[in-house]
Amino acid sequence: MKIHEYQAKDIFRKYQIAVPNGKPAFTVDEAVTVAKSISTHGPWVVKAQIHAGGRGKGGGVKLAKSLDEVRTHSEAILGMTLITHQTGPEGKLVKRLLIEEGCNIASEFYLAVTLDRVSSQLVIMASPAGGMDIEHVAANTPEKIFKEWINPMVGLRDFQCRRLASKMGFTGTTAKGFTDILKKLIRLFIDTDCGLAEINPLVVTKEGGVLAVDAKVDFEENSLYRHPSLLELRDHNEEDPSETAAKRFDLSYISLDGNIGCMVNGAGLAMATMDILKYEGGNAANFLDVGGGATEEKVKEAFKIILSDKKVKAVLVNIFGGIMKCDVIALGIIAAVKDLKLAIPLVVRLEGTNVDLGKKLLNDSGLKLETATGMKEAAQKAVVAAGGGNK
Amino acid sequence: MSILVDKNTKLIVQGITGQAGAFHTKQCKEYGTNVVGGVTPGKAGETLDGIPIFNSVRDAVDKTKANATMIYVPAPFAADAIIEAADAGIELIVCITEGIPILDMVGVKSYLKTTRSLLIGPNCPGIITPGECKIGIMPGYIHKVGKVGVISRSGTLTYEAVHQLSQRGIGQSTCVGIGGDPVSGLSFLDVLKLFNADPNTEGVIMLGEIGGSAEETAAEYIKSEMKKPVVGFIGGQTAPEGKRMGHAGAIISGGSGKASDKIKALEKAGVSVSMSPATLGETMAKALGR
Repeated sequence: MKIHEYQAKDIFRKYQIAVPNGKPAFTVDEAVTVAKSISTHGPWVVKAQIHAGGRGKGGGVKLAKSLDEVRTHSEAILGMTLITHQTGPEGKLVKRLLIEEGCNIASEFYLAVTLDRVSSQLVIMASPAGGMDIEHVAANTPEKIFKEWINPMVGLRDFQCRRLASKMGFTGTTAKGFTDILKKLIRLFIDTDCGLAEINPLVVTKEGGVLAVDAKVDFEENSLYRHPSLLELRDHNEEDPSETAAKRFDLSYISLDGNIGCMVNGAGLAMATMDILKYEGGNAANFLDVGGGATEEKVKEAFKIILSDKKVKAVLVNIFGGIMKCDVIALGIIAAVKDLKLAIPLVVRLEGTNVDLGKKLLNDSGLKLETATGMKEAAQKAVVAAGGGNK
Repeated sequence: MSILVDKNTKLIVQGITGQAGAFHTKQCKEYGTNVVGGVTPGKAGETLDGIPIFNSVRDAVDKTKANATMIYVPAPFAADAIIEAADAGIELIVCITEGIPILDMVGVKSYLKTTRSLLIGPNCPGIITPGECKIGIMPGYIHKVGKVGVISRSGTLTYEAVHQLSQRGIGQSTCVGIGGDPVSGLSFLDVLKLFNADPNTEGVIMLGEIGGSAEETAAEYIKSEMKKPVVGFIGGQTAPEGKRMGHAGAIISGGSGKASDKIKALEKAGVSVSMSPATLGETMAKALGR
């Protein structure tokens, strides 16, 4: 679960990680009031709050030397559709701002903690190439990224902090400041079950202080149940409404660009279904996993969510019934189609337990739907039903 | 022969009295798995379908000499269940539970290194040696005794592959669902090594997906060591970057974990990659010269 920079910085403050003085603002007037309250003379920084990086390049971060400039920048940024390399071409509407006191930056660094899947341990990544897109650094100058792994049995050790600080070129009080932030960041990561905690840039000021000028925190979804207070930080404006609706019914849904709605049981088969549609010349409108124990209600909700996407010209149901029996699924599909008065073509591929009974129920239902044997035939029929392919 | 489980496997079930645990215990027993006990703290002395229930894994092992366990314990308590099984000396731990906190698994994985236990999963369908032993939630009847090994990060896609094989008369030696989480037990590499050494396995189907680099690591091994034909498929060729596709581990992030990179690595290693999930059985048949 992603949160906004200002929310991440609130958590940083709780862990006594130094961040610039600042507060969120939801209107232009509020932005000016906040600016006044945090500094009498400025400068201030007006920052767009969206769940995507690259905001500066897209015009979402501006320096203001006067309160008038805070107002003009806030007017420009609030309500703008910010397009960055992480938002996709459609961009994201800016509804929140963070107003901060500017600081005297001497140099910029990068610091992050995340999971390393290869070693199954947490890894610290630090780089003197701060303030830049870290993926770019990793691709072009990987030697500028330093890593330390944290063995969960013994935790982060002092010698690792010294090694990292030295590689980063820190000495004296800056080395101390860096180590201090590093240890606190790891404690925060573990306490709150993060998936990623990133500071880019981590700044050394002209006064010699070390502070987090940006803050990015993602929480790991499986662990959210043990942090109910963090759930309040979720910003539904930043999430696809269909994906949010799907979560309420324990369905896993992701919207895509195509015009064939998909309902599949199992994440792997759901991905494979998207892939075979493309292979056969079509495009999936979504990824949707109804899960192993799909009930009639779930099937109906899944159809509702698929059909709420107006791009959808046909629906493909691909179910491999294991423990879940095909006849039960067939009844769910029939009920959903009748109830929702489905008006677009439907292709159903059932396989597995009680498949013949399931197919018979569908064929005898009097509903306008096509059944298919095998994934290939199902995909081909769906592509035709959606108005032909793009091959 | 087969890998990891066979007719001599003695299984206990942790979380045997829960709804899913009870249901699948019966299914496994019906398939022919030797289920010797179950564990639910506080329910010692009770039975399920004639299977004795114990308070702890240690008690169950003492009484039954079990060497494998199947875990259905809910996610918040599953890490503890895995560690308890390893602590009791269980050789093979199969964890079906989905949604275990990743940091819990980081700790589990580190602990397991100090033991001799092997872990399959979590968030997986389990493992089956057709005709001998089924530990997990897969429908037993789609399998057929034979000589092709199957390894997969997914559940129903594995059934799809097995179904395609069985329909062509190609049976399976053992099918292992290694699970869809970013931190899990046996990897593609670990299972490939076992299949490579198993005289009864003549070929392997490997079903990977986006996220991580386990397929690439497996490809390195296949290139230099694998003596048997390998057929591959990578799910998520059309998945967008930065989105978690159902499985906790199925995500392309920062440009890494892409299907195209995995396919390239596998092809370079001599794997017959099926671009369509509908031609897995066909590709395996060709690879075996049938």
